[in-house]
Amino acid sequence: MWKIIVRRVLVMIPQLFVLSLIVFIMAKQMPGDPFTGLITPETDPNRIEELRQLSGFYDPWYVQYYNWMTNAFQGDFGQSYTYKVAVSNLIGERAFNTFWLAFVSTILVYVIAIPLGVLAGRYQERIMDKTIVLYSFISYAIPTFVLGLIFLFVFGYQLQWFPTSGTVSIHAERGTFEYVWSKFHHLLLPAITYAVLGTTGIIQYLRTEIIDAKMQDYVKTARSKGIPMNKVYSRHIFRNSLLPIAAFLGFTITGLLGGSIFIETIFGFPGMGQLFVSSIGSRDYSVITALVLLYGFLALLGGLLSDIIMSIVDPRIRID
Amino acid sequence: MNKLLSVKQLRISFRIRDTFYAAVDNVSLSLHKNEILAIVGESGCGKSTLATSIVGLHHTNHTKVEGEILYRQQNLVQFSENQFNKLRGNTIGFIFQDPLSALNPLMRIGEQIAEGMIYHARLNKTERADRVLQLLEQVGIPDPPRVVRQFPHQLSGGMRQRVMIAIALANKPEIIIADEPTTALDVTIQAQILDLLKELQAETQTGIILITHDLGVVAEVADRVAVMYAGQVVEEAPVEILFGSPKHPYTRSLLKSIPQANEKQGKLEVIHGIVPSLMKLPREGCRFAPRIPWIDDSAHEKEPVLHEVEPGHFVRCTCWRHFDFQEEVQLT
Ligand SMILES: Nc1ncnc2c1ncn2[C@@H]1O[C@H](COP(=O)(O)OP(=O)(O)O)[C@@H](O)[C@H]1O
Ligand SMILES: [Mg+2]
Repeated sequence: MWKIIVRRVLVMIPQLFVLSLIVFIMAKQMPGDPFTGLITPETDPNRIEELRQLSGFYDPWYVQYYNWMTNAFQGDFGQSYTYKVAVSNLIGERAFNTFWLAFVSTILVYVIAIPLGVLAGRYQERIMDKTIVLYSFISYAIPTFVLGLIFLFVFGYQLQWFPTSGTVSIHAERGTFEYVWSKFHHLLLPAITYAVLGTTGIIQYLRTEIIDAKMQDYVKTARSKGIPMNKVYSRHIFRNSLLPIAAFLGFTITGLLGGSIFIETIFGFPGMGQLFVSSIGSRDYSVITALVLLYGFLALLGGLLSDIIMSIVDPRIRID
Repeated sequence: MNKLLSVKQLRISFRIRDTFYAAVDNVSLSLHKNEILAIVGESGCGKSTLATSIVGLHHTNHTKVEGEILYRQQNLVQFSENQFNKLRGNTIGFIFQDPLSALNPLMRIGEQIAEGMIYHARLNKTERADRVLQLLEQVGIPDPPRVVRQFPHQLSGGMRQRVMIAIALANKPEIIIADEPTTALDVTIQAQILDLLKELQAETQTGIILITHDLGVVAEVADRVAVMYAGQVVEEAPVEILFGSPKHPYTRSLLKSIPQANEKQGKLEVIHGIVPSLMKLPREGCRFAPRIPWIDDSAHEKEPVLHEVEPGHFVRCTCWRHFDFQEEVQLT
């Protein structure tokens, strides 16, 4: 297993290289330079030119790329044009919020999708299945912002079950239980919204897996042993169908990070997604570049996570 | 005679677009204690259909089974899934064609063998584990303690089929149904598996229904043979008689198609065509007639039945009396 993981991590190196190169080229095409974030209307133009010379603005591209990468590795993505603070500081706290949102959403997605997918697959073509498939199509068709606004209106404003923006109550003190609870309470409604909309893929996939598994020869073998049908399902069909779902986990998390862009904007949740949208609005290129790089990296990481999970749960991969 | 199982006028039909088509039509067979009955025929003849529905493994919602399957004075045709579960893996074992797909890829070998015992044998966990080791030993698998912890993909094809046999044997069945147990294996491994089956059969007095399309396999292990064509039994006889004096044109062409090592001339006499698909099956007259068009219509019976041409030897239709091969294919 370790061999596979090491091999898989090695594969990521060229992927990362290509990703960083693309982002670098993109960044170079953008207007501005590393000092745009420092410039104020009072800055002397000669001083800017001087800084440019110093920082290697006129160096060959590969030197620039090298410097850019070394800085990025150290978490230095330059200054935000808009906020006039280090990009890494700006992203830090928000990445943390987004991470927890994605984490809770993922759990909810699986909690909803697994039982529904299993039931749909088992009772294929029956009322149960048709209802679940209908739900999954409707949830797929509803745009995030529509459901988000509905939930916000009903559960936030009307019923007042959940706070309507932010990540934590201003009255809560850091380190107390109330603080943690308040954080959780704030991200619950966005997470539920995401989960309700994000289950389609897993439901459909699991349903197909189960319908497919039912036709497999080993299921016939299991039946030929005289095992009750319920046990055939739990010991053979579900077990084998859930396996690829486990591998979905990595991609689900990645998808969530992207999907959180809408959710965070609607729920006024200060995370990476919201920052991304507002940076595009204010043309804060250094932040955009850093976020694109980060999203790309997380996507690769999601793939890695999926493959590692697969190698842990599937003995056919585990061995060789 | 000691009849274990008898099938009477069995018809098994599949629903295709709201019409039922019989894939097994009017089949009557019986299996005796301590006997290997081979069912032979080209692919698509209905052999697997027959085998699976004997133990109720067919898809009940688009399959119709009519007739009788008598076992222990009960008609299995009327059995529910629960009733079948008391027999399957218990007194009737089943071996499938492809041991790779027939074993659960994610379950350890030991667990797969022990599974059937949970529901049929009154054994506790350690007794089951002992029995698993004993079974693996019995089917000739080296180092059983290691193999129980392995997964199917770690074993060779022959070893996997031995595991399948161990699964079938787990509760000491009185009947084993083996559907093409050697088809997916290499030739040398095939012989080993057949030897094993024969050995186990002699040891345990089990009745075995062995399904195959390979007459070589039949010659090696069977006591009695039923030849199937297009859902019907066209000839049935003890093995020596079938190979000694085959009657039905289909049987004869199957025998002819086995390449003989001692034949000097490269002349191979074959009958063209394939088994017609389910929907195109001729339902009236001799089903083999379209493949031997040079035989006059009058040679066939209107409604061909099985005739007992000598004790224990049955042949369908009368065309065999007039049949001869056409010399048409010349191979050099
Ligand atoms: N589930 C099914 N639905 C419809 N037709 C089937 C089904 N299973 C088998 N058949 C058809 O029944 C015929 C007999 O098939 P089968 O019993 O598998 O033959 P064999 O095992 O002798 O190769 C074939 O024409 C096959 O296409
Ligand atoms: Mg078959």
